[in-house]
Amino acid sequence: MSVLVYINTLNGKIAKNAMEAVQYGSKIGATTVVTNGAIGESELATLGNAGASKVLVNRVLTSNDPAQTTRLIKAAAESVSANTIVFSQDITGKAVAPRVSAALKAGLASGAIALPDADGTVKVNVFSGKAFGKVKINSAIKVIALTPNSVGVEEESGVASVEEFSADLGNASYTVKEVKKQEGDILLPEAELVVSAGRGLKGPENWGIVEDLAESLGAATACSRPVADIGWRPHHEHVGQTGVAIRPNLYIAAGISGAIQHLAGVNGSKVIVVINTDPEAPFFKAADYGIVGDAFEVLPKLTAEIQKLKAQN
Amino acid sequence: MKLLVCISKAPDTTSKIEFTDNDTKFNESGVQYIVNPYDEWYALVRALELKEQNGGSVTTITVGTATDDSIIRKALAIGADNAVRIDSEAGDAYYTAFQIAEYAKSNGFDIVITGKETINYNGSQVGGMIAELLDQPFISLATNLEMDGTTATINIEMVGGVEVVELDTPFVVSAAKGMAEQRIPNMRGIMAARTKPLEVLPAAPCDALVSFEAYELPPAKSDCKYVDPENMAELVDLLHNEAKVI
Repeated sequence: MSVLVYINTLNGKIAKNAMEAVQYGSKIGATTVVTNGAIGESELATLGNAGASKVLVNRVLTSNDPAQTTRLIKAAAESVSANTIVFSQDITGKAVAPRVSAALKAGLASGAIALPDADGTVKVNVFSGKAFGKVKINSAIKVIALTPNSVGVEEESGVASVEEFSADLGNASYTVKEVKKQEGDILLPEAELVVSAGRGLKGPENWGIVEDLAESLGAATACSRPVADIGWRPHHEHVGQTGVAIRPNLYIAAGISGAIQHLAGVNGSKVIVVINTDPEAPFFKAADYGIVGDAFEVLPKLTAEIQKLKAQN
Repeated sequence: MKLLVCISKAPDTTSKIEFTDNDTKFNESGVQYIVNPYDEWYALVRALELKEQNGGSVTTITVGTATDDSIIRKALAIGADNAVRIDSEAGDAYYTAFQIAEYAKSNGFDIVITGKETINYNGSQVGGMIAELLDQPFISLATNLEMDGTTATINIEMVGGVEVVELDTPFVVSAAKGMAEQRIPNMRGIMAARTKPLEVLPAAPCDALVSFEAYELPPAKSDCKYVDPENMAELVDLLHNEAKVI
């Protein structure tokens, strides 16, 4: 089996979900990674720790252009005779994996959450996290897009050989006019810990206690749909069926009742803590730990206890 | 400006998700189908706004059987000019994209717009596949789209921010939250939708590349463990030592 894994390293770093995709690939077969941009060779060699044996890096392509990225991946797939191509189902994966699938007439299983079964089927998320499907890929080349944070990474020591790789990229699809960086250090879709709040907080001026808890944990902040819609919080913080779907290790929700649409965006979380004054709030049915209490009292107390824990360690 | 909006059906967001036939089929009994929210709220409504600003036409396309006509009429009631249904079970994403690309090739559109994903399969596949089959640029996860003549300025969601790009038509774009606001059809729209053209065309030969063999539901969540609101030390202890997440 020859496996090709595409990872996006344009911000100069190898993200956790990229490591996950590389290790996932290495468990299927001998893995070559293809990437592009200015990222350093020594940084790329560390992909050996996740199981890659070789890294192909294209220095010419420095944008996210899906058409050019597709041409790069297609050329790399041909050069290593890949029979499986792996992506992370992140923003880039969503833009590029379908193009690669159509270009190679290779079936795509998107949203994978586990390695292929013995019969070759791939378990994927469907119905917005409310069910799983088993996908059979009927083509010779198989494309798999892996849901971030669904498989762990166990690093071993290995060094990947790094080679420059050139390909005919064709014309750019567009001109990039501007890149606006999001504020804050922790990006919600990648966050392992998330603190979220809803209308129960009564107004945007009360978000300090949410941010304090998030800061004590090193967590990202999120919110429910109504809160984003009325402008208390920015839209990129909205988690739920029509907002961002997240899969953190810990999701703490304060003052959110837990409508089914909200649950669809967070039910991939490993542990859910719900804080609500209403003991009948539907969210408690999806929670691992529940606190029937007032967020205005509970959150500061929780923050203080977290700070105590952090001071000990 | 000729706009093609891809419309898929999806079970209402409050539907109970269950499976039948030995867990190989979605149990449709009692399920109300709606226009996939991303297709309706963001793709269709933005297309209508672009038409209102620049003139032109908005056509919807659906790959599906006659049971899909009710959601297609809903799209017409919201304001699309005409609809096309490729008369076939939807098959997989590639099959669907292939049908739409074939129709788009022979009818020439300036922009093909999809929702960013359906809420039942969550694949985010069809838009990118259409673009590849048409050999056109694909803009994935657009949150804003403005037209000036034939030049589009589009905001794209990126890891850690937003990228603003400029390109000329034709292209394919998938619409995410922020593109537009939901529109509720009014009575005039609903009445007009009844007589708007809905063309039914045969499917082009194409093999699906993947198949769903079976489905399963997630394991039942164990009962919620309640913690006294006065005792946050206990919660921190549970998260640290039992759940091991902090």
